Amino acid sequence: MNKKYWQNFGDLTESERFQQASQNEFQEELLPLAELDGKGMLDTPTPRRDFLKYLGFSTAAAALAASCEMPVKKSVPYLNMPDNVIPGVANYYASTYVNGGDAISVVVKQRDGRPVKIEGNELSSITKGGTSAQAQASVLDLYDPTRLRHPLQKSGEDFKEVPSFDAFDKLVGTAVAGIAGKAIVLLTSTINSPSTLQIISEFLAKYPGSRHVQYDAVSYSGMLLANEITYGKKAIPSYQFDNAKTIVSLGADFLGTWLSPVEFSKQYSVNRKVKSKKPELSRHIHFESMMSLTGSNADDRFTHKPSQTGAVALALLAKLGGAVSAPAISDAKLVKGIEKTAAVLNASKGAALVVCGSNDVNIQVIVNAINDIIGANGTTINWGATNNTRKGTDAEIVQLIADMNSGAVGGLFVYDCNPAYTYSESKKFTDALAKLPVSVSFNGTMDETTEQCKFILPSHHWLESWGDAEPKTGYISLLQPTINPLFKTRPFQTSLLKWAANTSDYETYYKNFWAAKLGSLTSWDQAIQDGVIETAATTAGATFNAGSLAAAASKIAATKSAATEVVLYQKVSVGTGSQANNPWLQELPDPISKVTWDNYAMVSPEMAKTLLTLDVMNNQRQADAYEVHPEKPVVKITVNGKSLELPALIIPGLNSSTIAIALGYGRQSANKDQILDRTGRAAAGAGKNAYPFVTTDGSTFLYSAVATVEKTGETYPLAQTQVHGFTEGRPVIYETNLSSYIADPKAVLAEPTHERAILTPEGKTDYVKDGTMYPDFVKPGIKWGMSIDLNTCTGCSACVVACTAENNVSVVGKIQVQRAHEMHWLRIDRYFTGDLENPDVVFQPMLCQHCDNAPCENVCPVAATNHSSEGLNQMTYNRCIGTRYCANNCPYKVRRFNWLDYNGSDSFADNQQSLIGTDTNEVINHMNDELTRMVLNPDVTVRGRGVIEKCSFCVQRLQENKLEAKKQQDPTLVRNVKTACMQACPTNAINFGNVNDKESEVSKARADESRHFYVLEQLHVLPNVSYLAKIRNTDRQIGVEEEHGAATEAH
Amino acid sequence: MSRYRKIIKKVFASLLFIAFFSFNNSVMAADGEALFKANCANCHKPDKDYTGPALKGWSTRVPDAAWIYKWVANPAQMIASDAYSKTLFEKWKPTVMTGFSNLKKDEIDAIMKYVDDYAPPADPAGASAGQPATDNSLLFGILTLVLAVVAFILLQVNSNLRKLSDEKEGILRGEPVPFYRNKTYLMAGILLLFSLGGYYTIEGAIGLGRTKNYQPEQPIYYSHKVHAGVNQISCLYCHGSSQDSKTAGIPSVNVCMNCHMAIKEYAGEKIVKEDGTEVNGTAEIQKLYEYAGWNAATKSYNPDNNGDGVPDGAKPIEWVRIHNLPDHVYFNHSQHVKVGKQQCQTCHGNIQEMPEVYQFTDLSMGWCINCHRETKVDFLNKNTGEGNKFYSIYEKFHNDIKNKKMDSVTVESIGGTECQKCHY
Repeated sequence: MNKKYWQNFGDLTESERFQQASQNEFQEELLPLAELDGKGMLDTPTPRRDFLKYLGFSTAAAALAASCEMPVKKSVPYLNMPDNVIPGVANYYASTYVNGGDAISVVVKQRDGRPVKIEGNELSSITKGGTSAQAQASVLDLYDPTRLRHPLQKSGEDFKEVPSFDAFDKLVGTAVAGIAGKAIVLLTSTINSPSTLQIISEFLAKYPGSRHVQYDAVSYSGMLLANEITYGKKAIPSYQFDNAKTIVSLGADFLGTWLSPVEFSKQYSVNRKVKSKKPELSRHIHFESMMSLTGSNADDRFTHKPSQTGAVALALLAKLGGAVSAPAISDAKLVKGIEKTAAVLNASKGAALVVCGSNDVNIQVIVNAINDIIGANGTTINWGATNNTRKGTDAEIVQLIADMNSGAVGGLFVYDCNPAYTYSESKKFTDALAKLPVSVSFNGTMDETTEQCKFILPSHHWLESWGDAEPKTGYISLLQPTINPLFKTRPFQTSLLKWAANTSDYETYYKNFWAAKLGSLTSWDQAIQDGVIETAATTAGATFNAGSLAAAASKIAATKSAATEVVLYQKVSVGTGSQANNPWLQELPDPISKVTWDNYAMVSPEMAKTLLTLDVMNNQRQADAYEVHPEKPVVKITVNGKSLELPALIIPGLNSSTIAIALGYGRQSANKDQILDRTGRAAAGAGKNAYPFVTTDGSTFLYSAVATVEKTGETYPLAQTQVHGFTEGRPVIYETNLSSYIADPKAVLAEPTHERAILTPEGKTDYVKDGTMYPDFVKPGIKWGMSIDLNTCTGCSACVVACTAENNVSVVGKIQVQRAHEMHWLRIDRYFTGDLENPDVVFQPMLCQHCDNAPCENVCPVAATNHSSEGLNQMTYNRCIGTRYCANNCPYKVRRFNWLDYNGSDSFADNQQSLIGTDTNEVINHMNDELTRMVLNPDVTVRGRGVIEKCSFCVQRLQENKLEAKKQQDPTLVRNVKTACMQACPTNAINFGNVNDKESEVSKARADESRHFYVLEQLHVLPNVSYLAKIRNTDRQIGVEEEHGAATEAH
Repeated sequence: MSRYRKIIKKVFASLLFIAFFSFNNSVMAADGEALFKANCANCHKPDKDYTGPALKGWSTRVPDAAWIYKWVANPAQMIASDAYSKTLFEKWKPTVMTGFSNLKKDEIDAIMKYVDDYAPPADPAGASAGQPATDNSLLFGILTLVLAVVAFILLQVNSNLRKLSDEKEGILRGEPVPFYRNKTYLMAGILLLFSLGGYYTIEGAIGLGRTKNYQPEQPIYYSHKVHAGVNQISCLYCHGSSQDSKTAGIPSVNVCMNCHMAIKEYAGEKIVKEDGTEVNGTAEIQKLYEYAGWNAATKSYNPDNNGDGVPDGAKPIEWVRIHNLPDHVYFNHSQHVKVGKQQCQTCHGNIQEMPEVYQFTDLSMGWCINCHRETKVDFLNKNTGEGNKFYSIYEKFHNDIKNKKMDSVTVESIGGTECQKCHY
């Protein structure tokens, strides 16, 4: 069986350009020598005289710079040193990452008074120490230069500073007094903070007639309403994927962006771990229109048109014995899939779960009915604790805009939401907002909504705030500030208290609130130290009412469909767009498309054939034409009369009539001249806004719609990282299905085992020692090693951002990513395999493998990279002269070169300015801002231009742990050390520690001989990173096209 | 031409010879001296009585040679049990020597050898009276120059003689080229200049950014000699974070005020700067009071009227930083102080004798590496259980020690000279 894993179409078709490109690690043209052929020196773009001029100048400059006096540096100690601070030693504080209803318990690493890194809080039984890419990146938001620095008041077209909070209170007080009798509306994102909700209710009591509207950027209204209809509760239950043996998702991206992805990833991974030779794995079947992160992790995956979601749900319900009639589905594969799914669900009643990402009430009603039949209600669906992360209902915002227009509402207070951007009819909202006499924004930046408000009082960033969150009823997570407020900002809650004539500020109010609840300040102290207060809730069901099924079914049957349909989704990076100005997130490659800095129209190869006349699957030349250059053909998509021009990105596995577009991009400012300062240098120009494509069926907003599409003839460059690395046909991944694994556990690694045997010299037995001419260097004390479980890696990319934050990895900007100059030390390689129309996806985190016999080390002319006695492949920046031989010789392509001075570490002020637009983007200025640089980890060198860098296994953490172990005289402290990627992982896919210690987690992971392999082991580079083969719980043969599956097996 | 080639060869060889001697700056191990300076010099001088007795000639005074080991390990116990120790105590009381149980026998031997061999540095006035310079590169230089001049004269003589003999034999030759236009001489000269220039350029380049002996003027004339030397304040009282952190930490003003609330005047020995001016210690303490916002008259801190949380007028002291490592170097004090049990003086010099601190070493990488090569780690002795238990995992070394393949474990053997121990 010859499986093929491919990353891109050139890889699949083995086109000429692809093969050429794989020969060259660096594809830049080298000037001036590259252009010398046949011409005289003087005709080259850089003639010899210029060369001599530059040489002379730089020598003189260097001599001048070197002869300068040493700068005098000051050492300024504290005036009064706080007793809990030791300069140079990090403190850790439990807090909570909150953003638009999301709440993740975290521990904040604070060095010398400033937060530099976010870790998960292991005491939380919801997230159990897991984090997401967004939570990891949010520390950078604290240092965002676009944050508002003081209260503002509208003055003509612009804003002027309000000198003090008292003055601001007076201004708003007068304004509010002027609208006496009219309602004030608090428009916020979902608030699940108990103390804030109490403050809001106190505030509302003070202003009769006023109300609180919760509005989510991406709505879950359909679920809330469906639950009200079927369970009588307008709430979302909590889900327990860890109790489910069968998980069926109808387009719910629960590992990426749906509701509470970190919690669900943790639960999901429990039953995806191979714990024995005869493992019991959960079965995950996914139905969707696009290729989502969760779908790519499924054991079996089926695609359908977005408009068919309801039909699929109905068909599934009918097959399970529900009394509904399902509309006919013509796609035979899909029908077969539904039948199979129904059978699997039937077989695991009581341990099964169906979730659905649709915001259509009727579909959610049907899904509730399915869950009731399969016994999920009360087992995998827990009504004992509701999920409070999304509470907004769509009718409320529609009503609010009507009230604003009618004059019933006189004042609007906006906090943590941005409807002028996220509302599909944003013009209607801003027009209505303009009519209001009083509009106050508490948002931290000058976003689309804030710049339309009359008064702005920026609230603290969560890292500067006290607070609490209750993402799940009974599970409280507390916030505490980890830095003094950087700017003149005030908590939203304090303002509400002030304006409700309560004299205490939020901090006092909050302390009293919890001291009263917990009984004493002492127990509050303990709670704030732990960060969480949890009361174990029992799993409970709710009474299901099937009365509305028939009505829902008939409405679903009436769903309109078309030849082309659009589905809107969120990326794990930018999400709803609230963190769009976060360079780390913008530069994070999307797990599936591997595109950075943009959104795009994701289409299937079949649609590309008809729409773009590009047959990338079979025609090598067309694959090259499409793929080699970053410029992609632009298509014009029209939904409901609104159109958007976006580059088309061809991704296999999409439904052939579906176009998928990510939300959260295309942030704008009403004042185009100030877009860099208001929207931000990272968000400005990144993608287009797809929120206008959100439609409504009268009760809820829908994130899919019928559309028309046409080719425009224009092109637009996309910075995609997936075409930058090549495996050259070498096997790098091993996987099999569960039944084959149980039948013969050794078979999955038969190929590398055989290779090892033939590569060991005759008469010798040990491949490691005998397969090389180099001596075997012992690692006398510690030998660091990592093990990555491909079975539980979901590709969520939290590790990539964690690595960026921990190791000061540079952001390079879109233009540089286009040139394959991205700097990530850890990338997640995405491979497709099997059926071309609906391929399986494997994610493989790829980082420096720290080879004991490293090919990079012996080609370095200056020994800047060499090996340590602990098995680390060391990179010494100050010794590197930038020949890049090492990167060229690395079989894993994990060494990154600093082509430019991305960090301003070796530059004079502003010398990067001239490069912006041609070689770099404005984001370089963002990252080099004095404020943004506060995020840098002081224990890691900031690299300058011209040096290679790569994963160091977080050597600063290893050294810190070793030092602690030596101080404590306890070698078990270095048994398991957490690297940044490992600590961030929400599925515990990564293990790290001392391999010499047989008790370490990594040694135990490697003991699973039937799954444990090294990538490219046959090269005898002896990597220190090992992987565990992937086992899919499916009946299909992995890596084989479905049609030919049977034939191949017969061979 | 072969004649010239020979000369060139000779010149080249002598240049190489010079170069060899000038570059050969081998670093000598200063075991006994370093140990003495690090551990004993606070209280002892080899040849003079100080806080403690002069150590030279100790072996003639003590009852037996093994006495010294016991005494150094635990003087208090010896005073109680040993007669000679008791007399020592009577003579020097109330000062009692601190025990140095960490010093091993061979280290004590090294110290004692050093004090016995100690010769006081020669009087500078007498040095010119014919004592040979210890650095003989100047001698070699002069010698080379003399030989070069002799060679030059001989060559000229040779050339003149040849001219004479040619004239005598009637062979016609062109007018000889004067030496300053002779290509051989020019070449030799250029080579010489190039070598010398290169040598000094490289030496200079290596020295760039190194600031040995840097002694800036500080905002307050703070004397480590008065505090750590005369008044015997432990280094860790002020630089406490050197046990816990990568930085040794400069004490915050409130730490100074712990003592200086009471100590208002300087009444110690006169402090005279190098330029001869006298330092008014009391005035310097007044400066501290200004930084702290302390009113010496009312013996209280100034009120905080401007509401910034500190007494009015208080501000942190902006000390000038002396020891600077480049940003790409990671250095951790606690690693060296707590785990490596190094004395502060090893790197900072006799800080307790410095009125104003200067940079004692060049803090170069070579200096770090040398120490890492020589210093032994506190390796676990599996038989006695002594040493840091962390090292129990180094099985290979334990086996090697057992099999007598190695006798001790240096910092280098556990990877202390690898790049990524300091550069990441």
